[in-house]
Amino acid sequence: MHSFWIIFKQAFMTKARTKSFIITTLIVVASFFLLANIPNIISLFDNEESEENVLHVLDETSELVPELQNQLDLMDSGIEAVPTFLTEEELQQSIEEGTIDDYLVLTQNSQLGARYVSESANEMGSGMEIENAVQAIHTSLTAESLGLDDNQVGQLFMPVEFERQAISESSKSQEELSQARGLVYVLIMLIYVAVIYYPNMIAMEVATEKSSRVMEILISSVSPVKHMFAKIAGIGSLGILQMMIFGLAGYFAIKTAGTDLTEGFFSVMGFSEVKISTFLFAILFFLLGYFLYAVLAALLGSLVSRTEDVQQLMLPMMILIIIGSLIAFSGISIPEAGYVTVASFIPFFAPLVMFLRVGMLDLPLWEPLLSIAIMLVTIGILGWFGARVYRGGVLMYGSSQSLKDIRKAIRLGNNK
Amino acid sequence: MALHVKQVTKKFGDFTAVDDLSLSIEEGGMHGFLGANGAGKTTTFRMILGLLDPTHGTVRWKGKPITYASSPDIGYLPEERGLYPKMKVEEQLIYLAQLRKMTKVDAKRETAAWLERFEVPHYSQKKVEELSKGNQQKIQLIASLLHKPSLLILDEPFSGLDPVNVEMLKKAILDFQKQGATIVFSSHRMDHVEELCDEMSILDRGKVVAGGSIREVKRSFGKLKVRLNMDADLSRLSEIEGVDHFTKTKEGALFQITEENAAQVLLKKAMELGTLRHFAVEEPSLEEIFIAKVGKTHA
Repeated sequence: MHSFWIIFKQAFMTKARTKSFIITTLIVVASFFLLANIPNIISLFDNEESEENVLHVLDETSELVPELQNQLDLMDSGIEAVPTFLTEEELQQSIEEGTIDDYLVLTQNSQLGARYVSESANEMGSGMEIENAVQAIHTSLTAESLGLDDNQVGQLFMPVEFERQAISESSKSQEELSQARGLVYVLIMLIYVAVIYYPNMIAMEVATEKSSRVMEILISSVSPVKHMFAKIAGIGSLGILQMMIFGLAGYFAIKTAGTDLTEGFFSVMGFSEVKISTFLFAILFFLLGYFLYAVLAALLGSLVSRTEDVQQLMLPMMILIIIGSLIAFSGISIPEAGYVTVASFIPFFAPLVMFLRVGMLDLPLWEPLLSIAIMLVTIGILGWFGARVYRGGVLMYGSSQSLKDIRKAIRLGNNK
Repeated sequence: MALHVKQVTKKFGDFTAVDDLSLSIEEGGMHGFLGANGAGKTTTFRMILGLLDPTHGTVRWKGKPITYASSPDIGYLPEERGLYPKMKVEEQLIYLAQLRKMTKVDAKRETAAWLERFEVPHYSQKKVEELSKGNQQKIQLIASLLHKPSLLILDEPFSGLDPVNVEMLKKAILDFQKQGATIVFSSHRMDHVEELCDEMSILDRGKVVAGGSIREVKRSFGKLKVRLNMDADLSRLSEIEGVDHFTKTKEGALFQITEENAAQVLLKKAMELGTLRHFAVEEPSLEEIFIAKVGKTHA
């Protein structure tokens, strides 16, 4: 046990002290704070813009500008409508010169007409708002001419009550779904990154030890199996630490940003319903996914003689992870699809896909438990198999580096 | 016998890397392995270390098989040098010693002492990759014996070193032996084996073709050389019984003899022929034995 801890500590410390690790951590933490403050940052720019966001209105009736301003304010658009006394040619020239962005021509013959002119068609955003505002004016003018009172107009435009309801008890209501979606999305992203990043680290470590030939000294001191698992545990702990830093950073970023989780940006992303169980499952599936892929990575890393060859051998494993993530990300909008259900019981996809289902649906407990059990068994088998390959692989030096070498490695390991 | 290798055979598929090798080394002894590349030296060492299991035969260290439990007792310098290129010298040596169950405090103190002894104390905080090959070799040797093993296995410890450093390392290894360690090492430099070892084995394609104490090996080779320096015509002397081979030299002649008393006969006959300036009975060098034993089978 003594040497296990020595290797564990060494794997943890040497990685934790590398510049790349520290810098990556800092960048991610910084980007969390940046992301959390996006609403603030956007509003900061909005304020600045609104001062310049002046709409010149060529108003033939010269009565509608205050009404237009009124409608624009109601829509919270930040556009300031200003009557202009220039001619159209002069306004067009001003746009070409860039002194103004756009202008609006309002005409009123039998009914209200408007023409919006801007430099390019790109400025759809403000165009839409202005169109809506003009539409509203038109409606109220028409209502007026028809002799409807405000109350009647209000009734006419009352939004319909449209509610979605699902029959299945397991499915969350539409509202609940979108509430869970953002969090699940972010956590799947984290698990995905983690099962790629940390196992890769292990494969590189093992390959480095092999190529620098220090492996021969190591495995003459401690058994290869102990060495492999101590390494996996050490880098795994590092991963947990890093994820915890990210988690805390995310939490504090949102807290200090002063934005409420149910407002604006976050309500769209769906962070309003944060369940503790989702986090617990995230941690559990992160660990299971990590161990599964870490054992596989150590096995593959032990087969190569040069670090340059690691990526080549890791490719099949990467493809597994990428397929899993594609299923998971596509399943965010349709978590009940048949292929998602099937994939959630396939051990290599389960860490991502089962977590998606647990996060998005109200599953009976046996489903995640069965998936976890399948993963544990797979990890056990892979661990046993990996240890055998590893034992032979670390002694094997040769030019070829393909999956066929697994057989050679096992034979060498068996002979041992 | 401290280290006992008994009729060990190692096969990789159809290929026999080590064939029925037996070896006994007394406690505190130094045993040299000579052999061409691919003769099976490294495979033998790996079997002694327990990294590979023999196909047949047994390896015993102080009566017991070598397992990871005996790891603190054993030191190993592999043929392909292996250190973490990016780790600092001191940190690395302490880490490797800790894996052999040495305490951190002891390892730190011993590291400082060894670096001092090898005249490289200023490298302790440098990364290994920044060191020259010779200096890396010193670090590698320190790594193998820092934890004071009682069995030290050195695979080609002197390759790639300049003569000054070879002397330094040789002395260190001899001192380490004096403290009671049993040492097995391999080399393809005969002079190193001749100088350091009490006992030796010549390995060829997995087989021991000659083995025992250096004296025994030379004796059993059975070919002494007699050097005669004189001006007379010596070709007639090659007729004498026990003379195997005769070569003319600038100063006289060189006879290869298979029986020791042939030397006396040669001396007597030569004195009858004229004035003898120089007479010597020479033992064969290990180099000659090696070439005779290994070179022949390769031819």
